[in-house]
Amino acid sequence: MSRSVQVIVFVLAIVVVFFLALALRAHSLPPVSSGPAPDFTLQTFDGQSLTLSALRGQVVVVNFWASWCAPCREEAAFLEQTWRTYKDRGVVFIGVDYVDTDANARAYLKEFGITYPSGPDLGTTISQAYRIKGVPETYLISKEGIVSGNAIGPILRAGGAMSQAQFIARLESLLTAP
Amino acid sequence: MQDKIIRIGGVVGVLIAALLIVSPMAAQGPSLENEVNRIAKTLYCPVCPNTPLDVCTTKACEDWRAEIRQLLQEGKNEQQIREYFLARYGPQVLGAPPAEGFNWLAYLFPFLLIGVGALVAWFTLQQWSRRRRADVTPPETPEIPREYAERIRKELEER
Repeated sequence: MSRSVQVIVFVLAIVVVFFLALALRAHSLPPVSSGPAPDFTLQTFDGQSLTLSALRGQVVVVNFWASWCAPCREEAAFLEQTWRTYKDRGVVFIGVDYVDTDANARAYLKEFGITYPSGPDLGTTISQAYRIKGVPETYLISKEGIVSGNAIGPILRAGGAMSQAQFIARLESLLTAP
Repeated sequence: MQDKIIRIGGVVGVLIAALLIVSPMAAQGPSLENEVNRIAKTLYCPVCPNTPLDVCTTKACEDWRAEIRQLLQEGKNEQQIREYFLARYGPQVLGAPPAEGFNWLAYLFPFLLIGVGALVAWFTLQQWSRRRRADVTPPETPEIPREYAERIRKELEER
């Protein structure tokens, strides 16, 4: 093989390896746990449009859920109760419904009496931006729009990805932060 | 007697009406299910990768198949259903990634590989054929120094 062909093959091999490495890296990155929260706009089930960046100055809790997800059911009541407790203290809860049918999602919201805004993650763009690994996952976002913790799994009374007490403590610390 | 006739007429009427309602449904049933399965075969479960919707046994997949059925009943065609699933559940529902951005690499790579392979094969064949030609070419006559050539020529003339 002539030298020029050898060079072409070598360069192409390098390019392919580079792109494969990029693709693998994108797949293996962990969920967002710090830094600026990826911005998104959510069309809620009750027809409102909600943009994360418009909520600066408030502590935001973003919860990814789905009606077919059993662990989501274990934390649903707690999230609703916490939202009701904190909504007048500058905390916003947002439910992001991950790959779900409309009818099932609405039935789930009704079943658990969820009143905080929730909407479908159309095209899974929000879950891709947060690099979620599954549902449920919950992200705590500071008043400055910085991701200040996450729970990769359900928030349970004890155990789970984060205990309910830890979640409340984290929320309180974000509220009292200057 | 008249009451009896009216009653029998009513029962017959109800039976005819039921038949009229049931027969198109029965006719639609299997063909609709075939259509649901055909489309489900081309779509993948968005949460259990590499599992086509037609063979996926989870409750969520059942719901997605029901959604395909509902969309078909609303008059949507296969392309519209695929677009709906893509818009709602993301690119992971398609068997192949959409041809855009970084995904182009997946489509171009096989052709690139074939191109490089052809190039390598062509150059290798050329090299072989050059080597072969070199093998069959008779060795060149060694150059004879001028004085020897002159001497040979003279000797030949003298004979």
